[in-house]
Amino acid sequence: MAEALLELERICLVRNKRHILENVSCRIEPGEIVTLIGPNGAGKTSLLKVALGLSKSDSGRVQRSAELRIGYMPQKLIVDRTFPLSVARFMRLTGRYSDTELQQALAEVGAERLLAASLANLSGGELQRVLLGRALLRKPQLLVLDEPVQGVDVQGQVDLFELIGQLRDDFGCAVLMVSHDLHLVMAATDRVICLNQHICCTGTPEAVQRDEQFLKLFGAAILPHLAIYSHDAQHRHANCPHQGCCCQLGEGTAHVR
Amino acid sequence: MFADFMVHALIAGIGVALVAGPIGTFVVWRRMAYFGDTLAHSALLGVALGFLLGVDPQLAVMLVCLLVALLLFFLQRQQRLPSDTLLGILSHSALSLGLVCIAFMEELRIDLLAYLFGDILAVGGRDILMIYLSACVALGLLLLIWRPLLAICLHEDLARVEGVRVDLVQLSFSCLLALVVAIMMKVVGLLLITSLFILPAAAVRRLSRSPEQMALFAALAGVVSVSGGLYGSWHLDTPAGPSIVVAAALLFALLQLVPARQ
Repeated sequence: MAEALLELERICLVRNKRHILENVSCRIEPGEIVTLIGPNGAGKTSLLKVALGLSKSDSGRVQRSAELRIGYMPQKLIVDRTFPLSVARFMRLTGRYSDTELQQALAEVGAERLLAASLANLSGGELQRVLLGRALLRKPQLLVLDEPVQGVDVQGQVDLFELIGQLRDDFGCAVLMVSHDLHLVMAATDRVICLNQHICCTGTPEAVQRDEQFLKLFGAAILPHLAIYSHDAQHRHANCPHQGCCCQLGEGTAHVR
Repeated sequence: MFADFMVHALIAGIGVALVAGPIGTFVVWRRMAYFGDTLAHSALLGVALGFLLGVDPQLAVMLVCLLVALLLFFLQRQQRLPSDTLLGILSHSALSLGLVCIAFMEELRIDLLAYLFGDILAVGGRDILMIYLSACVALGLLLLIWRPLLAICLHEDLARVEGVRVDLVQLSFSCLLALVVAIMMKVVGLLLITSLFILPAAAVRRLSRSPEQMALFAALAGVVSVSGGLYGSWHLDTPAGPSIVVAAALLFALLQLVPARQ
């Protein structure tokens, strides 16, 4: 087995006397697409932040391969209307890139005509594409995408997931993403991690969809006409394979924003 | 037609406007208006301590503002209270503490109004030197952290992942604000300092196509406000500091009539 790009081992995160993450372990291999799913408040974004080094876990280990280049796409980029910034300037904020490099990166995500546009005027889908293009500039080995299709219409979501798969094939980068959209994301992913503070189940999309834990968490969503799901209050983790976490509640350090 | 003190006031005011404009753009983008107010209010505590300890008031103001900025930085990381609550606590505690300290100094009469609303007509050669020196240091520092600061403005976590040293840049910006607040106090007074950050920057937003352009335009709008305010103050015999702010507000209103550039 090749060296993992990223390995999380028994990660626990405690905030406000509550477990946000409990004994979460996972590894990301080069070139694979891993999707984190789970109800609201399941700790998906928190897990990404630990993986990125933005939050420090209360216990557990984060191992990144040496010199790992990460392209990050945050959950929501709110561009203030008082902030006059063109797409080109935005892409160059933390690195020096030539015009050709910018154009190539935008062409990869089908947004080449947006180079001179004002960031504040982009639609939801356009902004997501620009963010994705910007992440590509760093020639990432790992793309970390937090809800990449948020605020995008259904057709746009299908296109974006297709694009993410395409980018993986073209650049050979691994993808770790968070998603709410069960149906669409299943087709575009190699492995699914179903998270609800702890890992409820994990595996290929086909395997996970048949998993009892998954059905308990997302029962409503599986019904064909119900797009909205809710966390099953009866879910008591009785059958979950997770072990309790050894962190004492209330020991958590403050979040670093 | 103008007296010497008016020329001095104009030179000092222009120096302050040139640095307040570019910094003000970040105050607007980062939604730090209340933060600016807090620093400004704590300046009075600096004045009082300066007199108590026999230190140059301007230096004391800088130090107190810096301390408040640092305190705030660490309190915000604790996340025990929301930011605006913290700001409110610090701001008003520092202002009141300053007023109480001043009341204790019976032997010393401080012209409180001069600190609250500015005393630009009383600036001398040494003040002007201080203003331009501080302004140069502040602008130099701002230039140094310009790009990372823009990145943080857009998205802090994204900047962090991309290698920006967010805490260092934010601390530097706080220091810079403390420095500038100290020189602005002389011109518009500590109650009106935030207005010189915000009004010029907000006025030129719709005319600007890049962050740099907005910073430059804001500096120019500040210069126009200072000149217009002093001119009005001379002819109408109104207090100089508030007149400058009124001029800035008029300029803001006027520029809203200009169609936005795309």
